[in-house]
Amino acid sequence: MLFRILKHEDLKKLYDLLSRGNRVIGPVRKGADKDGNPIYAFEEIGDFINIHLDYTTTKIPAKKFFMPFREVMADFRIKGKDWEKKIGFNIGSPFIVFGMHACDINALNKLDKVLLGSHYPMPYYAAKRKNMFIVGIDCIPQPYCFCRSMGSDTALHGFDMFLTDLGDHYFVEILSDTAYNFLRQITNAEPTESDHARYMKAASEKNRKFTAHVDTTDLTKILDMEFQADVWKKWGDQCLSCGTCANVCPTCYCYGVDESVALDLSRAQKIKSLYSCNLIDFAEVAGGHNFRPESHTRLKYRYYHKHRGFVEAYEESLCVGCGRCGESCLAGITVPEVIASVRGGEN
Amino acid sequence: MSSQIKFTDITAGQQRRHFRENDLGAFENTYKAEITAVHRLTAIENLFRIQIVDPTDRKKFVFQPGQFVMLELPGIGEAPFSISSSASRHGDLELCIRRVGSLTNFLFRLDRGTHVGIRGPFGTGFPMDQMHGENILLIAGGLGLAPLRSPIAYVQENRNLFDNVDIIYGTKEPSQLLFTYQYDMWRADDVNLHIIVEKGDPAWKGPVGMITKVLQDIFMHRHADYFQKTYAIVCGPPVMFKFVCTMLNERSIPMEKMFVSLERRMHCGMAKCCRCNIGSTYICLKGPVFDYWSVMNMKEAI
Repeated sequence: MLFRILKHEDLKKLYDLLSRGNRVIGPVRKGADKDGNPIYAFEEIGDFINIHLDYTTTKIPAKKFFMPFREVMADFRIKGKDWEKKIGFNIGSPFIVFGMHACDINALNKLDKVLLGSHYPMPYYAAKRKNMFIVGIDCIPQPYCFCRSMGSDTALHGFDMFLTDLGDHYFVEILSDTAYNFLRQITNAEPTESDHARYMKAASEKNRKFTAHVDTTDLTKILDMEFQADVWKKWGDQCLSCGTCANVCPTCYCYGVDESVALDLSRAQKIKSLYSCNLIDFAEVAGGHNFRPESHTRLKYRYYHKHRGFVEAYEESLCVGCGRCGESCLAGITVPEVIASVRGGEN
Repeated sequence: MSSQIKFTDITAGQQRRHFRENDLGAFENTYKAEITAVHRLTAIENLFRIQIVDPTDRKKFVFQPGQFVMLELPGIGEAPFSISSSASRHGDLELCIRRVGSLTNFLFRLDRGTHVGIRGPFGTGFPMDQMHGENILLIAGGLGLAPLRSPIAYVQENRNLFDNVDIIYGTKEPSQLLFTYQYDMWRADDVNLHIIVEKGDPAWKGPVGMITKVLQDIFMHRHADYFQKTYAIVCGPPVMFKFVCTMLNERSIPMEKMFVSLERRMHCGMAKCCRCNIGSTYICLKGPVFDYWSVMNMKEAI
């Protein structure tokens, strides 16, 4: 990996360079919550001044840009008993994500495994994903973050460049040739020994700030053993089955497909919408039988898929520990609490 | 160097090399198929014969007994259906469909000559090659005969490759029996056909009871050697699997030699939408055909 040093005041130059002819997505301040804390969101950026690189976390991940909540998969033209299907992968223009935290980068890596690296790669996702340039940024752990427990507090790949704030300058990790060529056009320097030391100090300081933890030791086996545990019913009673957790999760990719037809029956559309396994009809089959009719079975399934099923299939958890689900949960259900209680911890 | 990031055309040949096995375009690759015949089987079940329109595609369309296709009615929806015809007929399929939801209700109103969309074939099939030289038990309950008709056709076409063949089929009532017109033909191929209904009617002369009763009767007359060389294929409502497979296991048929077909509602058929997911297993990719040992290790599978 190549490392460079970039002065704080030169970051705008980098932004200007990247945004020339490209769409830039970045964290912006959208408002404030009832306590006056800022609420951030990934939005398209018009001006460097709008980017808040010191953001805590965004309420909703950047997935809306590469995995839209609603997407047309195909159009039909119907003529009597015959029809024509036109498939569009919705290839958008390339874009730059400026300021993505390590957890969200890791979320993308996980999505890549299932949506690009599996038996049937998904072209709708690939169309957007292949056209992204990612500038990562380090973060300050928040009370709900447990990314360290999930091993996603640092990103090893999946970005083009990653910035770590060292006070007066940024420590830049460069992973792609495109990033290298961009950076070549602005002033930067080789990091010195003292920069390395400062980087390592910043990293260890960050580690100390984590307050939420999840013990993942033997978690797959424990989830298997505790499948019938009463503790799931307790959480199920609390769960509102609203699907908010899946909505704000950077790795939830499950979806449903609906078709709609025009009033004159001449055209139809096949539409994909992101779905949540917590919604009641997720596991319903033909004839109306529901494999997961109760809310606790659906909540359990979500944990089961994230922390056991995905591990079995890809040798890693599908959770990055961003804590968005717990923070947004209307019923106050958080991953660290649920897992601790399943493990038999105090709750 | 241009300051603009390069646009990657995902359909360009160069990018395709990044993906394994399948071309990206395969994801929504729909064959246009024509409904060539509709047979009424029962009050709520019809047999639809559909043929892929393009002759080249038709020849290319090869499937295994047990695999399924996604049937699409543009503007109405898409749903998975197991193929219930012989695998030796490429691209000319029969689907036994029960009228049960909005898509099937619409399908039942369509005439011959209407075009539908077909994606697939998807999933795993019954490993018929493994069963060569062995006895075979084909056990179906209710609509479970639909996916079983394809392996039955295979057995018929290759009758000399199998030893003892039993088809055991049960429904609730005689009026619900599917493919009644084929029973004599199956019997003629030196196949033992056992049919049982849970509740008879005045015209019914056959046995009455559960499917496990038939199994018990058959097993009474079979030598211990028989079970050493037997494969079983079981299709039916989930509750049937447990009873039947437990019985088979008690007779020392290994769980790895019993095959079941699990059904879920699927939205993609390509292991992405997760609707058919059981734990980490995508039914559409690793199933619908599983050996019973795998099913035992899956939570909420049946």
